[in-house]
Amino acid sequence: VIRRLVVLALVAFMTLPTAVVIAVSFNPTAILSFPPAGLSLHWYVNVLTYPQFQRAAVNSLVVTGFAVVIALPVGTLAALGLERGPGRGRELWAALLLSPVVVPGVAAGLGFLILAAALGLLRSRVVLIAAHVALVLPFVLRSVWVSVRNLDPTVERAAASLGASPWRVFRRVTLPLLRPGLFAAVLFAIVVSINEFVVSLFISTRVTEILPVAMFTYVVNYTDPTIAALSTLFIAVTFAAVWLADRYLELGRLFLHHR
Amino acid sequence: VRGLLAPAVVILAVFAAALGSLFRLSVLEFVPGSLQTGGLTFANFRAVLAPQYLEAIRDTVVLSGATTALTLVGAYPVAYALARTPSRGVRSALLVLTLAPFFTGAIVRTYAWVLVLGNTVISWPLPMLFTERGVLVGLVHFSMPTMILILAAALSHIDPAYERAAASLGARPARVFWRVTLPLSMPGVVSGSLIVFAWTLSAFPTPELLGGGKVKMIANVVKDLALDSFNWPGAAAFAILTFALTLGLLAGLGRLAAGRAR
Repeated sequence: VIRRLVVLALVAFMTLPTAVVIAVSFNPTAILSFPPAGLSLHWYVNVLTYPQFQRAAVNSLVVTGFAVVIALPVGTLAALGLERGPGRGRELWAALLLSPVVVPGVAAGLGFLILAAALGLLRSRVVLIAAHVALVLPFVLRSVWVSVRNLDPTVERAAASLGASPWRVFRRVTLPLLRPGLFAAVLFAIVVSINEFVVSLFISTRVTEILPVAMFTYVVNYTDPTIAALSTLFIAVTFAAVWLADRYLELGRLFLHHR
Repeated sequence: VRGLLAPAVVILAVFAAALGSLFRLSVLEFVPGSLQTGGLTFANFRAVLAPQYLEAIRDTVVLSGATTALTLVGAYPVAYALARTPSRGVRSALLVLTLAPFFTGAIVRTYAWVLVLGNTVISWPLPMLFTERGVLVGLVHFSMPTMILILAAALSHIDPAYERAAASLGARPARVFWRVTLPLSMPGVVSGSLIVFAWTLSAFPTPELLGGGKVKMIANVVKDLALDSFNWPGAAAFAILTFALTLGLLAGLGRLAAGRAR
């Protein structure tokens, strides 16, 4: 019983901030109070009508869209190349391609800033998109690789021996069998890119900044619950995504070992 | 077949170019008031040792150590429940509740703690916001999901029969834990701690918002130097310091893992 209470208390610690954000977002007054004095959608209206958030939301969609569309095929090809290629050097290539994950955000962000300045691209979105592709690629590679490893090459050989062209084998056999890995890859890529903050802070301007950066600037300058409303929208989308992923991918199987 | 890696290698090369320009700038002289740089120098790395920066480095290491210890203690019971619960519903609920903050961005999570620590909901007996205590709470919350996942993975590999055997031979639950469960889960404990420590060393949004400029970790100094003082060479030297610390720790982790595999 005590053990169960401890776990409950820890889960409460994990979820407390989320609960407070949601409660505050419906608060009618600008001065934060808890429990809220009533219900109001005022801050949601504020979120949707604040021009800088509108611009940042469009930027987020553009940057994340490009990042996912570029990283998905690149990562899938790399996963196939790693698994099907010669065993020698595979570990080294995998380590190299996954390495951007361990670079601290400030180091990568400052590096991209210096690179952008040297190339005269400080005001363009190109560097922002390139950085997002690089940061998202390890997650795509990892997710797709799991599916490639579970794919039995004899199925593809069977299709080929029955006369299917290599392209047809890829389209009709390989891709459908990789679908769970591809789905997980897209999910991870979107979540990582849409929430990316540190690197983006270094390489964006007021014109190109994405939502997390705009939210950061707002939090530093204002104290009203507008960010609580925007955060609630983010949390709702994230919970839905994680729930869907658990439903269809059984997240437990990704992380836990079962006999 | 190796040719399939080519597009990924191009992207890796862009990333390497960014890091390369970081290293190049760190050894070039800073010209105040300009983004132009002077000749070769090691002054940027010497500047890291100035007293106010040494304080930031010390705070970073102390906060990272405390975060790792608290996260380990907090994550263990949840990971244990996750690995051992027989019910699929409980497992799903625990996973979604612990993973969801993992997927909500750093800004949303940190802003949530600004609200909680800022005396709006709970009246704290001690000031929390803009103190090291507050930053510590935020960092622990941030590290919990990672630690829970790593520990749960390690615990799910332990056959419960070992624990049952120890208990049937007369060991009390506490003794079973200290002599059987904990030693068998050490691989997870070690790798989880190293990863959390390395991540916390370069933490940025949490100290930036919960520290409110009063608590500075290394990453905050990098941002101040780069985006407020426009001293890119100085910031680069600091960023490389974080990078080196992280790499050193992860290399240690790699050697431990290799040692165990042998």
